[in-house]
Amino acid sequence: MAEQHVNLQVAREHGLTDEEYERLTTAVGRTPTIEELGVATVMWSEHCSYKSSRFHLKKLPTEGKRVVQGPGENAGAISIGEGLAIVFKIESHNHPSYIEPYQGAATGVGGILRDIFTMGARPIASMDSLRFGSFDHPRTRYLVHGVVAGVGGYGNSIGVPTVGGELVFDPGYDQNCLVNAFTLGVVEESRLMSAKATGVGNLVMMFGSRTGRDGIHGASLLASAEFDDKSEAKRPTVQVGDPFLEKLLLEATLEIQRGDLALAVQDMGAAGITSSTVESAYRGELGIELDLDQVPLREEGMSAYEIMLSESQERMLLVTKPENVAAIRAVCDKWDLESAVIGKLTDDRMYRVKRAGKEVIALPVDLLADPPALQRPSVAPTETTTEFRLDDLPEPRDYAQVLRQLVGSPNLCSRRWVYQQYDHYVGAATAVHPGADAGVVRVLGTDLHVAMTVDCNARYTLLDPYLGACLAVCEAARNLVATGAEPLAISDCLNFGSPERPEVMWQFEQAIAGIRDACAAFETPVVSGNVSFYNETEGQAIPPTPTIAMVGLLRTPKPVTPWLKSEGDVVILLGRTREELSGSEYAAVVHGNTQGQPPWVDLEAERRLHQVVLEAATRDLLRSAHDLSEGGLAIALAECCFLAPEGLPALGARIRVDETMRADAFLFGESQARMLVSVRREHVATVRDLANEAGVSVAVLGDVGGGMLEFDGLASVSVAELRTLWESALEKLVG
Amino acid sequence: MKWGVVTFPGSNDDHGTLHVLREVLGHEAVSLWHKSRDLHGVDCVVLPGGFSYGDYLRCGAIARFSPVMSAIGEHAAQGGLVLGICNGFQVLCEAGLLPGALVRNRSLSFVCREASLRVESVANPFVNMALVGDVWRIPVKHGEGCYIADESTLDQMERDGQILLRYCRDDGSRSRDGADGSDYNCNGSLRDVAGVMNATRNVFGMMPHPEHGADPALREVSWPGSGVPDGLRIFQSIAGWVADRGQRLAVDSMR
Repeated sequence: MAEQHVNLQVAREHGLTDEEYERLTTAVGRTPTIEELGVATVMWSEHCSYKSSRFHLKKLPTEGKRVVQGPGENAGAISIGEGLAIVFKIESHNHPSYIEPYQGAATGVGGILRDIFTMGARPIASMDSLRFGSFDHPRTRYLVHGVVAGVGGYGNSIGVPTVGGELVFDPGYDQNCLVNAFTLGVVEESRLMSAKATGVGNLVMMFGSRTGRDGIHGASLLASAEFDDKSEAKRPTVQVGDPFLEKLLLEATLEIQRGDLALAVQDMGAAGITSSTVESAYRGELGIELDLDQVPLREEGMSAYEIMLSESQERMLLVTKPENVAAIRAVCDKWDLESAVIGKLTDDRMYRVKRAGKEVIALPVDLLADPPALQRPSVAPTETTTEFRLDDLPEPRDYAQVLRQLVGSPNLCSRRWVYQQYDHYVGAATAVHPGADAGVVRVLGTDLHVAMTVDCNARYTLLDPYLGACLAVCEAARNLVATGAEPLAISDCLNFGSPERPEVMWQFEQAIAGIRDACAAFETPVVSGNVSFYNETEGQAIPPTPTIAMVGLLRTPKPVTPWLKSEGDVVILLGRTREELSGSEYAAVVHGNTQGQPPWVDLEAERRLHQVVLEAATRDLLRSAHDLSEGGLAIALAECCFLAPEGLPALGARIRVDETMRADAFLFGESQARMLVSVRREHVATVRDLANEAGVSVAVLGDVGGGMLEFDGLASVSVAELRTLWESALEKLVG
Repeated sequence: MKWGVVTFPGSNDDHGTLHVLREVLGHEAVSLWHKSRDLHGVDCVVLPGGFSYGDYLRCGAIARFSPVMSAIGEHAAQGGLVLGICNGFQVLCEAGLLPGALVRNRSLSFVCREASLRVESVANPFVNMALVGDVWRIPVKHGEGCYIADESTLDQMERDGQILLRYCRDDGSRSRDGADGSDYNCNGSLRDVAGVMNATRNVFGMMPHPEHGADPALREVSWPGSGVPDGLRIFQSIAGWVADRGQRLAVDSMR
């Protein structure tokens, strides 16, 4: 590559604003080199710098008595007792997945796994939150197949079970799919590793894959700009993953940790060598000197610019004392991985890079790592979608038909077609498999069980981002509670449109406030997360989607499961049902109506519900428990019938219908703070008393048994028939 | 009883298998490194699931050349027991220790679910805590588990009782000719084969994962009150057979 002259035009082509270029030239006091321009561009990109979101993220609650590591490292960590911590994070890989679904999704999984083992934790479970457009859009099926295969292709190879997730279809994602990947690991609390570089004179090493020409500018060009008709040309910015190499990297990293050989470890994700070295030096308040001639390369003739910006996957950075280099190289050799010393730490807080003996970059670390936070303007949208009257929805005549329609609809049907392609057994610790309210994994060597879920209803957040974000946290918490787990902390993945549009910033602020308030109410701090802006195409943004990944610890010796257990058990509804249908899946699917307000939010009622369910679970009073969410009571009950594990009979149920409200609101309304449980007949009174004492509404709805799902006087359908519709729908839809 | 579990680069189920052998079964189990020929005097070698060396050529095609495999070949030649699970089964076929081969699932998709398996033969070291015709439930998880072999090999193995497990419906039934794309046969294996043994009856490979259907605490969550998990019976069968052999040898030496 011929030496390129830098000027304002070149800077603009890189994506820098005029002010940012001005800041760069002022700081260096001369025309920056092309390499300096390159690293400044990626470090100041939205993706790496969080410049538009940082100001708002500070409002989130991040502290709590269990928090071992809050935001700021590669992932957050909380204590679970017995000297152990769980380390977890959710992260987006939206833009690459739309352009190249298999590799985009695969490297998303690879990236989040690295974030976890970089902290010294062995990953024990993953989840994936996926959102696609409607099946009317020509790209949807291609994306679904590619993304699911990519998640499976990487996750299955690395040996971490995928124990849960979500899958949503909505026309709002027609031109921008969402792929949010979550991983959780376990580490001895005292062995948690940091990415903070320490000790002047200590050495900087790279290990793992060689550096190639792939993924150059993925962070700045692809992930920090909206899509347009030229986006397809950005395909070369998508990286290519090698899960086998990552598996070796994982084992080698943990072996280096066990040997106490590294002072700091940082994975190379977005913006590769640049970002990992700048961030480590910045965290340690040090400078760094790199010699690019030492970096193992895939091909000869790579320029300094290309090496600095490559996003080749499966590479790690570490800082170590000179005397430990030989031991680290021995571990890398054992796992057949490349390793090299590429630089050292200095005390001048400068970022210096050499190639072929010539210094090509000399910039202050702080300049790169800490660009000014922006306070972008925000404005509430003028167009309102709140207009809704219950009378807009005519009451259906044939409820059996509505049930059939809903169980086979894209957002309510079984997700088995997806999770059957994911390994959810590996690790020999999965207690509750995908399909239930939350995935539950045992921590081997202990009696501890960790429950995890990922949730967001973007139909609600589109109608009201504050309430919708609150409800995402509420649903996540209920899903954990349904398994008998106490919610402990969250990681959030905030997917939005362009922050340069004030309406999007308003959605963002509102969603942050919603998460803040709900997390404060449940005492579940936000310990890690990720912001993904620019999920929009030609001015059309996705529905605001603050995905909430929540983790908890089981309070019961074994998890509570959602399926009905025995004939003669009694079905009880906990929590109050309001006559509300706006924003519901039923209104959208059956009536084509997506107007109005989300369901009523009552954080105190949610808390009381948690209390009752956890108390009943710990006293072993619950035979089953299932959260009520999309599709309301009828769909929740149907799922209780369908979810019986293979080889067990699918039981039916007979339910009384509340006649004080419209039948469709009772059956399909999505009132929050509700849980459907089944109990032995002799325990009905005890559970009712528990609920009454806590001030939680309780209704004894009916009995478990038979092969029919019956709503008195309204509908009676065979469970087998409904289950077939429910189980086969997705495979037919994706084709 | 002493077990050895091989770790190839890319093995995933080595940790889970060691956990089941040590914690659930309470046996001695050691980890065997792929670069070493030392088998530490184990009674049974387990080749676990995962992706040895990435399996970019064919599953198991590279692993067969590793130092540990030459030691395992000698161990098997001397009558030592070898159990290959999933990728381990693929490695054993590639190494020529078992007949046949495993190719891509007919569906072309990875499949992870519970499988029903019909016990076909019980006079062997690997599947003996059962009666012929029993239906076991053990999970499968693989993308390349479609077992193929030529007709005469399949006939011969059927005749000699080398096919130990077959995919079946929950009630044990199979379609007459098998491999017709029936849902119960999750990968399209010829004659519904799920696990086969060699002619000298000391090497066994199976696609389902007994280690993931072995821990009673986990099985209890979904199937309460179902007793000894079927996956555990594989390991118990082997342990029982090794113990019996030990007793026979002791009795012989007294004579």
